[in-house]
Amino acid sequence: MYDNSPWAAFELIARMDPALISIVALSLKVSLSAVAIATLIGLPIGAAVALWRFPGRSLLIVILNAFMGLPPVVVGLAVYLLLSRAGPLGKYGLLFTPTAMIIAQFVLVLPIIAALARQVIEDLWQEYREQLGSLGVTRRRAIPTLLWDARFSLLTVVLAGFGRASAEVGAVLIVGGNIDGITRVMTTAIALETNKGNLALAMGLGVILLSLVALINAAAYLISETSRRRLG
Amino acid sequence: MNQSLSLSSLLPLELEQVSFSHRGQTLLHAIDLRLGPRGKTIVMGPNGAGKSLLMRLCHGLLQPTSGTIRWAGKPQASRQEIRRRQAMVFQRPIMLRRSVLANVCYALAVHGVSWRQRNALAMQALEHMGLAALAQRPARVLSGGEQQRLALARAWALRPDILFLDEPTSALDPAATKAVEDAIEEFHRAGTRIVMSTHDLGQARRLADEVVFMCGGRLLEQTPAERFFEAPASLEAAAFVRGELIW
Repeated sequence: MYDNSPWAAFELIARMDPALISIVALSLKVSLSAVAIATLIGLPIGAAVALWRFPGRSLLIVILNAFMGLPPVVVGLAVYLLLSRAGPLGKYGLLFTPTAMIIAQFVLVLPIIAALARQVIEDLWQEYREQLGSLGVTRRRAIPTLLWDARFSLLTVVLAGFGRASAEVGAVLIVGGNIDGITRVMTTAIALETNKGNLALAMGLGVILLSLVALINAAAYLISETSRRRLG
Repeated sequence: MNQSLSLSSLLPLELEQVSFSHRGQTLLHAIDLRLGPRGKTIVMGPNGAGKSLLMRLCHGLLQPTSGTIRWAGKPQASRQEIRRRQAMVFQRPIMLRRSVLANVCYALAVHGVSWRQRNALAMQALEHMGLAALAQRPARVLSGGEQQRLALARAWALRPDILFLDEPTSALDPAATKAVEDAIEEFHRAGTRIVMSTHDLGQARRLADEVVFMCGGRLLEQTPAERFFEAPASLEAAAFVRGELIW
């Protein structure tokens, strides 16, 4: 059992405690996978909504924007119902697995990436529209062009999605179940330690989570800033 | 693809009773215009005369509200094919967030040039516009004059039949303006039809074979350059040439 001193979490880190390492690794695996899939699907959706006019477009934009604020517990509950034995996807037996957690975080992150990408791409399209039209670029051909040219702004969009995924606890708690060694991640571990009264340990874990998120953001920022400065 | 169209020139370009309205306001009134196969046409007129609008309609970026636009005697049949044989240079050049060379290569790729040939053709165009040394630089850190030359290089690589230029030098200093005008002469020598708008009278005198004068959304005259500057037919054009305010 963990002892309840403020440095306990860091002692675990220093000792490379296998339980802690697996929690950190699972956290990263779940959140990064969810964000990667949401990026692959969300960026083209955002670009398509930005470029095409179709009936119901305004409604779709409002829905995407509203879903940026989806409560994680509600998403957790919905995915839980979907994956539970009696649910429509129950036969795959995904509930209480890391896959279920990835699905739940994907649902949380997708609207954020699609809605913010829509705004970024629409602004860039306004700027490029005449020039691309003059070159004879079709809208479909314009999508990869715009995604590539907006890459620095879109990196920030993806980071916003990652922030959401790594910080939430409600969804992964419900669909993962916080099972030790199987579905326990940083946020659910923090919630658990807090409930047990191990406040210092919970705080230590929190600092580790924060440092990881900061580290990933710093790396992304450095990469984008240096290339942005190079490309003007 | 239309074989006869792809072999012969796109020109002449004919506009018949072309009008353009936006939000209930008629911005161009029943324009009749014929642009022959050769030469440099300068579109002149005060701000708001409809010069940019006219060129965007000719280029196909906008569709006329009424009237017809015909290339080589045919109504706009294969728009894609017609588009690919024109180019336009805008007042404010828009550069992709890539290298100078990649900007030209992109235009070639869109026009279906295979990737093996792109680099060589793009470098040729850059050399032509004196930009070869800047090929690997990011396009958006170039100066305004260099960016406009890059826009011209991009157009050059596409070997258009007709090149539209919408006040391409209005934001440039005299040296950069000179470079753009030299480039326009190069296009002309290579057989590209030039259609350019400007409100710089000196520039119009230097370049024009023919002047199209517009005011208030109407085409007031289309006159050989010499006659236009000596004895313009319309009162508005006469006042414009004298440097008076008209509206």
